[in-house]
Amino acid sequence: MTTVPLLHTLFPNIDDWGELGRACIDTLLMLGGSLALTVLIGLPLGVLLYLTGKGQLRAMPKLYGLTALVVNVLRSVPFIILMIVLMPVTYFLVGTKLGIRGAIPPLVIGAAPFFARLVETALREVQDGVIEAAQAMGASTWQIVRHVLLPEARAGIAAGITVTAIALVGYTAMGGAIGSGGLGDLAYRYGYLSYESDYMVVTVVLLIVLVQGLQVIGDRVVARLSRH
Amino acid sequence: MIRFLDVHKSYRVDGRDVPALQPLDLEIADGEVFGIIGHSGAGKSTLVRLINLLERPSGGRVLIDDIDMTSLDEPALRAQRRRIGMIFQHFNLLGSQTVADNIAFPLRLAGERDAKAIRARVDELLARVGLQAHADKYPSQLSGGQKQRVGIARALANRPSILLCDEATSALDPQTTGDVLALLAEINRELKLTIVLITHEMDVVRRVCDRVAVLDAGHVVETGAVADVFLHPRHPTTRRFVEEALPEEAASTRQTPYAHVPGRILRLSFRGEATWTPTLSRVMRDTGVDFNILAGRIDRIKELPYGQLTLALDGANVDAALEALRTAGIEIEEVASLENPS
Repeated sequence: MTTVPLLHTLFPNIDDWGELGRACIDTLLMLGGSLALTVLIGLPLGVLLYLTGKGQLRAMPKLYGLTALVVNVLRSVPFIILMIVLMPVTYFLVGTKLGIRGAIPPLVIGAAPFFARLVETALREVQDGVIEAAQAMGASTWQIVRHVLLPEARAGIAAGITVTAIALVGYTAMGGAIGSGGLGDLAYRYGYLSYESDYMVVTVVLLIVLVQGLQVIGDRVVARLSRH
Repeated sequence: MIRFLDVHKSYRVDGRDVPALQPLDLEIADGEVFGIIGHSGAGKSTLVRLINLLERPSGGRVLIDDIDMTSLDEPALRAQRRRIGMIFQHFNLLGSQTVADNIAFPLRLAGERDAKAIRARVDELLARVGLQAHADKYPSQLSGGQKQRVGIARALANRPSILLCDEATSALDPQTTGDVLALLAEINRELKLTIVLITHEMDVVRRVCDRVAVLDAGHVVETGAVADVFLHPRHPTTRRFVEEALPEEAASTRQTPYAHVPGRILRLSFRGEATWTPTLSRVMRDTGVDFNILAGRIDRIKELPYGQLTLALDGANVDAALEALRTAGIEIEEVASLENPS
């Protein structure tokens, strides 16, 4: 593959820029897929934590205690360990332990409890008075969740999605260690195992750009949602 | 009609029952503006929330048009709540929604789907509270008075028969308070809506309420027509509230009595037409009694004009003069007896 001479001088070991491009796309796919599923699972889980919490609309101490325990356990296990422990589950869910598909179950199981806590915190920021006003208008719990809690907490939830997305970038890179592909995989195999430090530099720079981009987009969305 | 039958409420704190409201009976008639006045912690917020069951009574029954609110299941309770509007001290509007969407909210909650019908009702409500120009603004862009108007429009959306006001003017400046109270009075008059209003200011009660209950440490210590309670407060708590509403007079009567003033010190209360007739000067001229005005005020209790004068009367015919004043419909109290109720 032909490359620009300057790039070749700077990064002598990188002979296949196409591979790097594919790794980028893999990382983005893992990130997009796992973020979508994390939100899909973490949002209801966060609402459940909020509603069943002490003194809340549907306070249920036992259910809250159990959910909180599961969430805390999943959050306590270091992601790299979680990935290895979850391998049988991953295989059962998606039929493989490798590649993008194999990476998504542990990413989601690792990130959803984290995101759920962020959702719970965002919902707690909603003023009690607004919820009381909705109750006084005859709103059901579901209507309060749908029309009061989620819209009022939307800026906080958007900030939570941003933080979670960035955490997921880190997780996908770790996934490289057990063969999930993506930028982390390149950095680990070429950069770390083969001492080709230019690979390391380029992947890290790409990851920084990705994280920076996510933060900027997230901040803009949050600003837009809180502007009223 | 709203009726409290032997209703009481206590909260469980650290395994102990802490009473918030002592057993009470209360009737609020259709179409009246009923005030509940009390200091913070007296139980008035709890009392008003017992009406729409945001707080459940620990015992007793709350009846609205003979429906026992405490016996309703969830869906039936929600249906009843739609007939009871409520406004709040801190407005409690949805910050993420425009004024129009805030007002449409209770309509949507009640299952209205027709966007045109919603828009028409919202426009009508905006016109009633004078906010037509602000439909597409967000609450954070409004002043306190405007926010409370949105709260009122929202509370009226489902055409309730009762409006609960939880310290609705306490966060507003005096001018805005006056405007909001005038709006509430207008709504009460035109929509024939029952208003239950809680406040810690006697002035609010004086301006809009027909009847008032005074709450002190969970007890209803006095109930009656506002004019009676305001002109002749009996309980010490009530008297303090009335004094707070009359700052100058309060200061003078409290610390000092008119010990050095010669003659009998009396307080005369005129109500309605008596306020506008020169009864005092006629009686004094006829009986030859000298009078000296020590304090006085002429104002209105809702629409009723009233006057209250503190006088020192001196002369041989004071008793005859008092008799003539009483005959003319003027209420008279000895100030000395007011100062030392024992």
